[in-house]
Amino acid sequence: MVKVRLWGSLRQAADGLTDVEVEARTFKELLDRLGESYPGLKPQIARGVSLSLDGVIYREAWFTEIGPESEVVLMPYMTGG
Amino acid sequence: MAFDEYQKRDFKQVGTRVRRPDGVDKVTGRAMYGADATAPGMLVGRILRSPHAHARIKSIDTSAAEALKGVKAVLTGADLPVQDEDFIRDVQDNCMARNKALYDGHAVAAVAAVDAATARAALKLIKVDYEVLPHVTDVDVAIKPGAAVVQDGRTLENVPAGMSENLTSHCEFGHGDPEAGFARADKIIARSFRTAATHQGYIEPHAALANVTSDGKAELWCCTQGQFYVRTLCAAIMGMEASQLRVTASEIGGGFGGKTTVFIEPVALALSRKAGRPVKIVMTRDEVFRATGPTVHTSMDIRIGMTKDGKITAAEAHLRYSGGAFPCGTVDMGAQAAFAAYDLEHVRTYGWNVLTNRPKEAAYRAPGAPQAIYAVESVVDELCQHFGLDPIEVRLKNAAKKGTKSSYGPTFPDIGLVAILEAAKAHPHYSAPLAPGQGRGISCGFWFNFGGNSCVSMNINTDGTVGVTEGNPDIGGSRASISLMAAEELGIDYDRVRTIVADTSSLGYNDVTDGSRVTFAVGLATIKAARDAIRVMRGRAAKIWGIEEEAVDWKDGAAIPAGPNAGKFPPMTLAEIAAVSFETGGPIAGHHEVNVDGAGVSFGVHIVDVEVDKETGATKVLRYTVFQDAGKAVHPSYVEGQMQGGAVQGIGWALNEEYIYGADGRLQNPGFLDYRVPVASDLPMIDTVILEIPNPGHPYGVRGVGETGIVPPLAAISNAVSRSAGIRLSELPMSPPRVLRALGG
Repeated sequence: MVKVRLWGSLRQAADGLTDVEVEARTFKELLDRLGESYPGLKPQIARGVSLSLDGVIYREAWFTEIGPESEVVLMPYMTGG
Repeated sequence: MAFDEYQKRDFKQVGTRVRRPDGVDKVTGRAMYGADATAPGMLVGRILRSPHAHARIKSIDTSAAEALKGVKAVLTGADLPVQDEDFIRDVQDNCMARNKALYDGHAVAAVAAVDAATARAALKLIKVDYEVLPHVTDVDVAIKPGAAVVQDGRTLENVPAGMSENLTSHCEFGHGDPEAGFARADKIIARSFRTAATHQGYIEPHAALANVTSDGKAELWCCTQGQFYVRTLCAAIMGMEASQLRVTASEIGGGFGGKTTVFIEPVALALSRKAGRPVKIVMTRDEVFRATGPTVHTSMDIRIGMTKDGKITAAEAHLRYSGGAFPCGTVDMGAQAAFAAYDLEHVRTYGWNVLTNRPKEAAYRAPGAPQAIYAVESVVDELCQHFGLDPIEVRLKNAAKKGTKSSYGPTFPDIGLVAILEAAKAHPHYSAPLAPGQGRGISCGFWFNFGGNSCVSMNINTDGTVGVTEGNPDIGGSRASISLMAAEELGIDYDRVRTIVADTSSLGYNDVTDGSRVTFAVGLATIKAARDAIRVMRGRAAKIWGIEEEAVDWKDGAAIPAGPNAGKFPPMTLAEIAAVSFETGGPIAGHHEVNVDGAGVSFGVHIVDVEVDKETGATKVLRYTVFQDAGKAVHPSYVEGQMQGGAVQGIGWALNEEYIYGADGRLQNPGFLDYRVPVASDLPMIDTVILEIPNPGHPYGVRGVGETGIVPPLAAISNAVSRSAGIRLSELPMSPPRVLRALGG
């Protein structure tokens, strides 16, 4: 199981939880499991999210591997200028 | 060690200040900018824009314009397809209104004619029947009950029910229990701030030349930060296949984020398709201000608690950003960046996006961060003043560092903020004496940086020179930095490498030049493409020597035997291998395609001295020093230029730049006479101190540098003004009239 930290405004779509646990080995699996477990997250996942894995931010990269001890933080999709 | 990880090395090319490859063309006028493109039979495109801030378009009669001699095409929103997907529909509707004009300057029709005079005359013949609607141009007014609704039905699921329809999205970040933290504070300061919308102020107006042929193929030349993204947007709007639309980016006269989307490009393409001839559109400066993408304007509430010895116990921010008449997510970035410089146990930020009748926001260097950090750093400074504490010592006491749980969630890996603060504290500027009436301010700044999709192709020419093809317009010196990294990796001189920017048919997809990504991400792809070419060259040398490829190494630009068992052969240089490439298997090339992650975040600290003229309210910037962690500075002069440019744009934002709307909802100052950007005579030399703290996610340790520099100036100058004039302003810009009012004048 991977513990995923959600940003605050996603709590309402995740049964009021800030930290949720899903079974996932990759970024793609994590997004899929989040959507299945918490359908209220699907609109945000569809709009785009970034993922911080042990402090490194990934914007895409489905197959990025996630270890059970990894720090995983879901973030809005990063944009810049 | 993974390929992408930093490895310490002694650089020979990287880090040198080589001559810029675009310099001669630019200073001799030979560089081809967007407006320089021409085509046989080219028509002139012009756009009719709404004079109303908010109006329903009841009808558009184009018959008289179409009948005018010399007019070859007239276009309205009805000529473009109905888009199902919100994002593309917003982009298209911003380029050409369909049912409603949503802001002063919104495009409502366009013509293509044989010359500019005919095109202008045709615009006057277009009759638009408007039903003028109530408008709202202020972020705070827009969320009040009874405010005009800019667009209905755009609210996301994350906005609680019952709120203004102009509130389209909400975000929240943070951890801990702020109220518990505030209870431990010796002093809590709560302040409200507002910042004006500003424009990127690039010198080159938008320009596009489109040529759609009768067989459905199209060419588009335009000034943009991302030709591939232009292709994506225009192909969607035009209903074209990507392969049929080739987009070529011109030399660019500034972008800073403002050229990361389209405004006139689909219009030029649609006019060309309708007219059957090439069409060129060049914006006037008035159009650039009224109808491209300025920043959000903001309203913010900040509350910070601190102990008397300078420890921050809790922090909270409420941010309301308006990116104009269409939804945008910039407040998400501001809410994440607001407290990033601090190691906080209790922190929370709340963000709201608000619709107003203003142009659709586009990115501007570190979008969303300068505003939020201005407000936070102002309150931190006020707390320092309250307790009589040194502003840098307080920031050091609370600084985010490796292992800090950031205010936006992740735990920081290696970051350079403490090193930057220490450098600033030790710098002579910080301890230099000030004359009476002068004030010194500091501020921290932060930006995320990111990587993205990048393709590089590298051709080894038979004369031993190297051509690098990349797909990102060069807005900050990337051709030089990419050539330097190619030369470094190949082991040859910089002068032997030439880098060009490819069109969309010549290379795989490349993300836009934004997010401070190019030197980091395209540089990484370049290094890997060079290693690919080296692999090929090692193989050719192995064949020539009759040994295994694994027995050949690459050092100082030449193949060498890997060890004594490989045999005795003199080094075979890149040029020697290239010279016989036809005989040894054919042309030699390397390439790499990747979606890069692992960009390291960037911090900066600025120190500024100012003097406020209490008679005129004018603020003079006397001395300015920028400290920034650049990772490895590939071309230090360009890095310094980015730091200086960011500071200058931030100075303009702090002191003068402002979108001013009248009660009629129309922009009052769409020109450089009334929208005051800093010029050289307004500024001291901006001193720079580059700190090179390697990014562990890049083989040379490179971080992005293009955006962080615009973040600290807003608060640094505001803090300096407060110490110079004894007044704490809470609204930007701190223009002379506003300063005089604060002084009681």
